[in-house]
Amino acid sequence: MTDLSCKNLSMTFTNPANGAMVEALKDINFTLKKGELLSVLGPSGCGKTTLLNMIAGFLNPTSGQLSFGDQQIQGPGVERGMVFQQGALFEWLPVSKNVDFGLRMKNLSSSDSEKLVEKWLDIVGLTGFGDTPTYQLSGGMQQRVALARCLVNDPDLILMDEPLGALDALTREKMQSLILELWKETGKTIIIITHSVEEALLLGERLFVMAPRPGRIHKEYNLPFAERGLKESLRDIKQQADFGSVREEILTMIWDMEEEIMGNV
Amino acid sequence: MSEFLSTHRADIAALLILILTGLFIWSIYYGLRRTRTLDSEQVFGDPERTLGGWFWAICGVSSLLLVWFYFSWGTARAFFPNAANEMCQVAKIDEALSPITSKLPYGDRYYKSTEVLVRNGQQLAVLEAQMPADVYSNAEQKQLFSILERNQQLLAIYSDSAQQSPSTSADLDAIHLRLTGLSEDIDAGYAGLMPTAEALAQPRWGVTDSEIPMLPVTARGVLFDNIAQQSRVIAKDFIKVRNLPDVAKVIISDVKNDIANLKEADKNYTGSEADLTSRKAYLKAVERIFKRLDDGAIFPAAAMVQINRDIIQIQNSVKGQTQGLRLVDALFLPGQGVVKSRTLCVEQGSSRWLPKPTDVVAKFARLANPNLENGGGYKGTTLFWWKWLEIADVLAFLIPDGLVDMLPGDYGIHNDDGEFVKTYKDHLLAIAQGDISLGVIPMLDGHIWDSVFRVIVAMAFGIALGVPLGIYMGVSRFFKSFFDPLIELYRPVPPLAWAPLILTIFGIQDDGKIFLLFMVAFAIMVISARTGASGTQLSKIRASHSLGATNRQIIRYVILPNALPEILTGIRIAIGVCWGTLVAAEMLAGTTGIGFIENVARTVSDYELIWVTILIMGLLGLLFDIAMRFTISVLIPWRGKG
Ligand SMILES: Nc1ncnc2c1ncn2[C@@H]1O[C@H](COP(=O)(O)OP(=O)(O)O)[C@@H](O)[C@H]1O
Ligand SMILES: [Mg+2]
Repeated sequence: MTDLSCKNLSMTFTNPANGAMVEALKDINFTLKKGELLSVLGPSGCGKTTLLNMIAGFLNPTSGQLSFGDQQIQGPGVERGMVFQQGALFEWLPVSKNVDFGLRMKNLSSSDSEKLVEKWLDIVGLTGFGDTPTYQLSGGMQQRVALARCLVNDPDLILMDEPLGALDALTREKMQSLILELWKETGKTIIIITHSVEEALLLGERLFVMAPRPGRIHKEYNLPFAERGLKESLRDIKQQADFGSVREEILTMIWDMEEEIMGNV
Repeated sequence: MSEFLSTHRADIAALLILILTGLFIWSIYYGLRRTRTLDSEQVFGDPERTLGGWFWAICGVSSLLLVWFYFSWGTARAFFPNAANEMCQVAKIDEALSPITSKLPYGDRYYKSTEVLVRNGQQLAVLEAQMPADVYSNAEQKQLFSILERNQQLLAIYSDSAQQSPSTSADLDAIHLRLTGLSEDIDAGYAGLMPTAEALAQPRWGVTDSEIPMLPVTARGVLFDNIAQQSRVIAKDFIKVRNLPDVAKVIISDVKNDIANLKEADKNYTGSEADLTSRKAYLKAVERIFKRLDDGAIFPAAAMVQINRDIIQIQNSVKGQTQGLRLVDALFLPGQGVVKSRTLCVEQGSSRWLPKPTDVVAKFARLANPNLENGGGYKGTTLFWWKWLEIADVLAFLIPDGLVDMLPGDYGIHNDDGEFVKTYKDHLLAIAQGDISLGVIPMLDGHIWDSVFRVIVAMAFGIALGVPLGIYMGVSRFFKSFFDPLIELYRPVPPLAWAPLILTIFGIQDDGKIFLLFMVAFAIMVISARTGASGTQLSKIRASHSLGATNRQIIRYVILPNALPEILTGIRIAIGVCWGTLVAAEMLAGTTGIGFIENVARTVSDYELIWVTILIMGLLGLLFDIAMRFTISVLIPWRGKG
């Protein structure tokens, strides 16, 4: 089983200039089973990105254990793919070369990788854009390329750090549907960070609401909306009564947190 | 054909100037009309308002060229091709009369006599006050005072019109009459005068290196030339005139005797060495002043008044004959006009250092002619041409002899039969020394290519070594910290400050210059590659890690392409700086290259050549830059859009 497990995970940053310590994360504990879809929500500065970077292997935790499957996480790996907020595409390469980057690094034969690239461009809805330079694409298309680039490597765990944050509302909704579809069809484990409550509810089978200072999991939800989103239109779900009540609850919770932060200052 | 163009350059210039003037006027007219419509389309400050102003470009270029034509006297030569020759004849008169005018207020504010009188009078007073009394006996002191006194007397006698001798007056009257005759000759005009065939056969103005033809080519010029010749004779006689009344002669011979006596006394002097030195020094000073007074070159002021008037009269007569010419001079010959020096008439003004556009083109054409036997090229090298290059020479340049020495085995020795037995090392050495024939390849050649070649080779080495080092410095703590101090220490030194050292170590041929340029290019390439590498977005690096790239792959496929814009910008800057450094280095030493040409041109004051090299350098630098900008836009279409 390729579960992600997180035991007593803590991360403290030290400012090299003045030695001030920031407890970005403190005592995080959770286990994520294969195929689960987790969304993480919280006010900015509560350590969401730090958590994701540690899972991806870009940062080492100050203390605690982080394992994926039966392996301790040490450094980045192909089994954990990452999608960044701004795509982080290689602008000197056309779309198809961006998508097959991971395959080229593995020296996969070009005919095999061509097929894979075509397949994934199809899935993310970019058929025929293979030769387009990435800087000519719109923000939504760039995120699709980033998704395809990640998925073509067939990772077991997909990490997304506010992948839709910079998109307009309409594109965003389309991308949300796309992520749900991909989740269903590939059965991959997905962690998605967002600062939009609605998005967190729609794209989270499980949902962590995090709180800052020190960064911790404040409350966890198990939600039905992601399953529903596979069948119904997302806009309809947003109108439903139970969606509205959870949304209000979480909004209040975050408001309180923000107020607390303001009060502390 | 080129011969024809060369001799008719003034006519070509005239045509060009007319065209340029037309373009200038038209572009202003057209530009003003367009401005009215175009400017109403965008608000002020909109960058669009700077676009599409090609007519102003025409206006700018044509006005620049017209200014060049004007200040180089190109306009004057185009439309008044004989003006300089005529002014040269006038200048000849000035030169011929200068021995006279330099003694008169006309040429020198004061009479020469006045100046000599005042200066020597003062110096005599000073000498009198400074006499070292302790080293002279009383009798000697008295004698010295008397000498100084008599010198003052001489000044008084010379200045006195009443004491002037009749022969002097007669001489001056004769000069006066001859000068009056000159004025009359000038006033009589130049009808019936003809330039000689020899004069007409002279090369035209500016066609050869001696700018202005010397012999008169117009009737008016012939007149002035004649006057100049007569003037020269009169001037010669004038400077022989002396003002030596008999009283003065007596005093002079007395003083001479007294000075001789004192000298004699010095010879037998028995006092101290120091006293003798001061005696000799003082006597020498006294004698120096006396020598200035004993030749009778000081005249009463009244004696010269008439001569001064005559000279003014001559100048007025010349002016009367040259009204149009003086207008041309005032309008089209900025500067002091034409001046006659010992053997030449030279342009005195901005045109002295600003050659005419057509002359620059002609000079360039001469330089660009690849036929060395026919006066083409410069100092035995073409400007830009090609030659056959021995492949063996290239190999010999690339393979150091020492490399062969290091190989295992020995060189050949001679055997008992007295034959030389070669080993493989002998054959390799022959290659390393270029002693074999491997055929030839066509190769570019000439001064321009030599300069460009140096830049290219230095850039190639600079890029090949600088970029990898820069990239590693951008990603590795060791590389950054280890090499940073080295590079930061040598980089801020102006490249030319290294030149004397580098040229000493590596020689004044290509090696030294290439190494100097390499140092320049290397530092710039390292720094730009490092900036590019360390500026890679962290998320891109992280993404490629997650996609399974190894460290080496990340450098090759992410960091290097990401640094490419910086690297290319670095190349563009480095080429520019190399170009500047190279030209200066070539000026220091060497026998080929654009900078070399300019350096030689500087030493012989060949301003046309200097301008040709300046223009070549500017155009080549521009060419490099355009090529690099084009390369950048092709290689990095994502620039500014990433
Ligand atoms: N490299 C770092 N050095 C020091 N402090 C950091 C660093 N990265 C993050 N932090 C701090 O850790 C906290 C959590 O940051 P982050 O995980 O980026 O928050 P979020 O993504 O939830 O907005 C913040 O207070 C931030 O200032
Ligand atoms: Mg964040």
